[in-house]
Amino acid sequence: MAMAMTKPTEQAAGTTTQPPIIDTEDVHLFYGSNEALKGISMSFKENEITALIGPSGCGKSTYLRTLNRMNDLIPNVTIKGKVDLKGQDIYASNMDTVRLRKEVGMVFQQPNPFPFSIYDNVTYGLRIAGVKDRGRLDEAVETALRQAAIWDELKDKLHQSAMALSGGQQQRVCIARVLAVKPDVILLDEPTSALDPISSSQIENMLVELKKNYTIILVTHNMAQASRISDRTAFFLQGHLIEYNDTKTIFLNPQKKETEDYISGRFG
Amino acid sequence: MAEDKIRESLLKESKASKREKHGKILSYSAIILIVVVVVSIFLFVATRGIATFTVNKGSIIDFFTKSQWNPGATDKGGHPLIGALPMIVGSFAVTVLSAIVATPFAIAAAIYMVEISPRRGYKILQPVIELLVGIPSVVYGFVGLSVVVPFIRNHFGGTGFGILAGTLVLFVMILPTATSMSVDALRAVPRYYREASLALGATRWQTIYKVVLRAAVPGIMTAVIFGMSRAFGEALAVQMVIGNATLLPQNLVSPASTLTSILTMGMGNSVMGSVSNNALWSLALLLLLMSLLFNILVHRISKKGALH
Ligand SMILES: Nc1ncnc2c1ncn2[C@@H]1O[C@H](COP(=O)(O)OP(=O)(O)OP(=O)(O)O)[C@@H](O)[C@H]1O
Ligand SMILES: [Mg+2]
Repeated sequence: MAMAMTKPTEQAAGTTTQPPIIDTEDVHLFYGSNEALKGISMSFKENEITALIGPSGCGKSTYLRTLNRMNDLIPNVTIKGKVDLKGQDIYASNMDTVRLRKEVGMVFQQPNPFPFSIYDNVTYGLRIAGVKDRGRLDEAVETALRQAAIWDELKDKLHQSAMALSGGQQQRVCIARVLAVKPDVILLDEPTSALDPISSSQIENMLVELKKNYTIILVTHNMAQASRISDRTAFFLQGHLIEYNDTKTIFLNPQKKETEDYISGRFG
Repeated sequence: MAEDKIRESLLKESKASKREKHGKILSYSAIILIVVVVVSIFLFVATRGIATFTVNKGSIIDFFTKSQWNPGATDKGGHPLIGALPMIVGSFAVTVLSAIVATPFAIAAAIYMVEISPRRGYKILQPVIELLVGIPSVVYGFVGLSVVVPFIRNHFGGTGFGILAGTLVLFVMILPTATSMSVDALRAVPRYYREASLALGATRWQTIYKVVLRAAVPGIMTAVIFGMSRAFGEALAVQMVIGNATLLPQNLVSPASTLTSILTMGMGNSVMGSVSNNALWSLALLLLLMSLLFNILVHRISKKGALH
């Protein structure tokens, strides 16, 4: 298959001298004997939003989950290749997944707050890390909720159950829950696909704001969303990375025919 | 002509709607029968049980606070001696103690079966649980009588009969139910809570302890109350090991009694309508009300704790 052989276009990726925060090389992932990722090499720069796009089942979520080793939880998964976070191999035998996941946070497609109060949700990551000081926890809640642009809405009901919030509010609480741990990288798997347009655009604005302090990797099916907020876009197809470039280039001047076909809606 | 025919066929009941009517009548009569049976049992127990206080002039305060149980005799004021406190205390003691002992075991077994080793846990523990549920209570009582009672006598003194023996037997009896209901409670915790917790850098234990168990609290409480309700109502096995002395228990190894044990002991020895007989019905009424209370609690908790 010719497609399998083509290397992604990377010229735009290497324009700065700053080393990438995440660097993956030739990542293969097998669910049993089914190869879901067929050699993905790409790297992510700090303080950028990268969008991963592609048709359903192409491996976007699978790839995203290799970056914080969430695939470890699935039985019979084999992973080959190299994933470096700040120069350190996260699949090395001495890697502590607990520490890794504090540095690489994750937001899921379905808002999944714990059935606790908003306060307990946001402080969860700190509390499991052993923070007990009430003042520090209070401060962390305010900071995280402010960053998630939901402090004003929720500041008077921090001790109410997070389950009683709207879907959009829940998702922002989930994002705040990740932010409170102060990760370097935030992975988001279709974070707005279960939300209404207004909640979605609030979250988009928030992500653009957050990129000043975080590196954001976002899986999305929404082309408009990818083009609105991402700096760079990667197009996946059947376990391959087809094209990875500036978002502008991907959308206005794609180098590969498959990318062009997908973006113009001819398949997927 | 044709119009008439159509009208006629529309007005006539179709076969299907006839059948539906029959089905409805059938199921409604079944429901009515059940309701009638339940209500009449309740009324029967209630009228007998209340007769102790109305017809036989027993004092309801004595019933709950005095500890002299001899319904055939009367005190100086002419009131029958119906102090049920020893049985009430005994029933609550074995119920609460066995629940306290069983709960950690049930939770630990459930965690093993759901979180730690689902495949092996299921293979080994599931058949054990089913076996334990199926054992008749007389067998539990017999084992208690021939193993537990001598063991307590040799290690803790006394006759061996008493609250401790009752607690241990009931602990084994309620463990399987409490465990399998706790398993259901843990299984009902959605997978995405676990994922969210792990993705925030929690260890597996932290996830179990702080998220899964916490989310499962209502279900586990239901399991415990179910176990308590079973323990409270168990008669035969308890009667065999508790000693059946209607004395206020001074310690865990002195002979004591429960509502159920005195009820089963006394049933055959009294004449319908006599004070002694009515007094037993009062015990039965109390048991009935308690199991009603347990049921209400279970409903309350499972409604309140339902995950969205
Ligand atoms: N837990 C799993 N076990 C086995 N196969 C899986 C598992 N998860 C995903 N796969 C397979 O791996 C491939 C990639 O799935 P993945 O979920 O990464 O796709 P995706 O690009 O995120 O799709 P979508 O846009 O629908 O979310 C699919 O063929 C899928 O069937
Ligand atoms: Mg996906």
